[in-house]
Amino acid sequence: MYRETVVLKNETGLHARPASLFVKEASKYVSDIKVEKDGKEYNAKSIMGILSMGAAMGTTINIIADGKDEEEAVKALVELVNSKFGE
Amino acid sequence: MKGIGVSPGISIGKVFLKEEIEAKVEKKNIENISDEIAKLNAAIEKSLKEVKSIYEYALKNLGEKEAEIFSAHKLMLEDPEFIDFIKEKIKLESVNAEWGVKEASNKYISILENMDNEYLKERAADIKDISKRLINNLMGIENISLSTLEEECIIVSKDLTPSDTAQMRKDKALGFVTEVGGRTSHTSIMARTLELPAVVGVKDMTKSVKNNDIIIIDGEEGTVIINPTQDEINTYKEKRKAFEEFKNKLKELKNSKSISKDGYKVEIAGNIGTPNDIDKVIENGGEGVGLYRTEFLYMDRDKLPTEEEQFESYKIVAEKLEGRPLVIRTLDVGGDKELPYLEMPKEMNPFLGYRAIRLCLDRVDIFKVQLRAILRASAYGNIKIMFPMISSLKEFRDAKQILEEVKNELRVEKIPFNENIEVGIMVEIPSAAIQSDVFAKEVDFFSIGTNDLIQYTLAVDRGNENISYLYSQYHPAVLRLIKMTIENGHKEGIWVGMCGEAAGDERLIPILLGMGLDEFSMSASSILKARYIIKNISKIEMENMIEEILNLETPLQVKQYIDEKITFKH
Repeated sequence: MYRETVVLKNETGLHARPASLFVKEASKYVSDIKVEKDGKEYNAKSIMGILSMGAAMGTTINIIADGKDEEEAVKALVELVNSKFGE
Repeated sequence: MKGIGVSPGISIGKVFLKEEIEAKVEKKNIENISDEIAKLNAAIEKSLKEVKSIYEYALKNLGEKEAEIFSAHKLMLEDPEFIDFIKEKIKLESVNAEWGVKEASNKYISILENMDNEYLKERAADIKDISKRLINNLMGIENISLSTLEEECIIVSKDLTPSDTAQMRKDKALGFVTEVGGRTSHTSIMARTLELPAVVGVKDMTKSVKNNDIIIIDGEEGTVIINPTQDEINTYKEKRKAFEEFKNKLKELKNSKSISKDGYKVEIAGNIGTPNDIDKVIENGGEGVGLYRTEFLYMDRDKLPTEEEQFESYKIVAEKLEGRPLVIRTLDVGGDKELPYLEMPKEMNPFLGYRAIRLCLDRVDIFKVQLRAILRASAYGNIKIMFPMISSLKEFRDAKQILEEVKNELRVEKIPFNENIEVGIMVEIPSAAIQSDVFAKEVDFFSIGTNDLIQYTLAVDRGNENISYLYSQYHPAVLRLIKMTIENGHKEGIWVGMCGEAAGDERLIPILLGMGLDEFSMSASSILKARYIIKNISKIEMENMIEEILNLETPLQVKQYIDEKITFKH
């Protein structure tokens, strides 16, 4: 299992386009990927899950992956968040 | 009938009632689980195909941003949590797939609808949209689309989904009326994008009309009139004509100069906060940027932006302006705008404290990085530098000294920049306005920042609601300071602009023109209206009223005077 903590710095948080981009990126990996916010876990490959998390700008989230490409997956998602989704 | 007007304009036309054939989903017990799952999979496949074709249609006809919604629909139809939830229902409870879809979508819709965020609430509409599509495909009901509209009509519906509006024949739609929705709902946003009048939130609308009824909708007032009388039709036709004429008049002004009736030319520019904002300014015919707030580059992050990042953000705007002026205001933080990573101490009076130029003159390391970035970008366009919060001449001289140091560094490194770059100050502190005769001898321009000038002149915290009644741009004391600053600037031959809210105030524009203001910088959406006002008044006439206005006693008197004496026809 591999995990990293990251803060959402883009203006819209994980709402609009960023949510789609996040899910699309997560779906590229075979590992199970979860996003943890306030002690609750959401499936990183589920757009409805990510939207219902309601993570706005400034929210701290943990990205946790378990599987063959766990480290790669988490790193890619952290990078995506840090790039502010190209906003 | 009354609703909420969400997109201005008037339409008169026949009703097209988009009847919601609401598929009645009943819970049924099924016998063959694998057949039911196969049926679900086939419906998902079919729905994905439909969404893909709407996506392509939207991409071609509406653009990338609108099409993105359907890319999200695709993700929803492939959502593993959503699909697994339905399959589990089928397997464990032996229920029909339709029922499973309904339960799954209700679960997510209720989460999203209860969120404290307009955008996420809106996403519930997308889940409803794809669920309806899935259920219709499971039950063999054709998904009706607005792509087959044959004659011009006003579309009346409970609500319009993103798929409805994306497929709709734009040339046939005259407007929308829906029963649900608010200003930010999908129907409203689409209506404004398409410039179609729309009224939402009209209770029982679909029950009150039938196809081919004639209705009038007024997207500003939020009025809907069903089967109007000839008199009503005539009244609204007149109103529509006036609205259209005014809209066209404004559009025509996009590429024209801002010249008053008696031939006095001013410049109307836009205020921006991020590089993306520049597109709106250009779209609305801005003649430049009178205020580029650079704070955004420093905010919502955990460390200072690099020189390179800043350079790129300034250069791109300068290039897009193609030679039109771009006034960049150096870092203006402190007060209500904090940068956590600078660990600025909490202050008793932040607006009178360590902020803007005061911070920059103390943290020369930070200031120099920004000045380098601005100077480098000046090789790519018509950039001017503006220092905020200047209260004494020494501050300006010190800032200018640092700028000269940075210029020297660039010269040594042989990095190109505009040697003749204009350097001005924001006049937002009364001391600077009062001493503007002195400042005018040393600066290249003034830009009056009314938001703070009002706050400091009247000693009214502009964020404090309890005293907000005292905050007024019509205060004679404020107007006198503005007049004085413009006059003193002109005496030394420098130009004077304004970049606060007041510059876009329809009442004040004529007064400011009368005082001789050279540049008006405002939010992009106000530019065309401002130009319209300038073109319809005469500077000489306004000039003749200034003395009288400055001798009025209260803000209210000023406001009333303007409303009575200054008229220009719409």
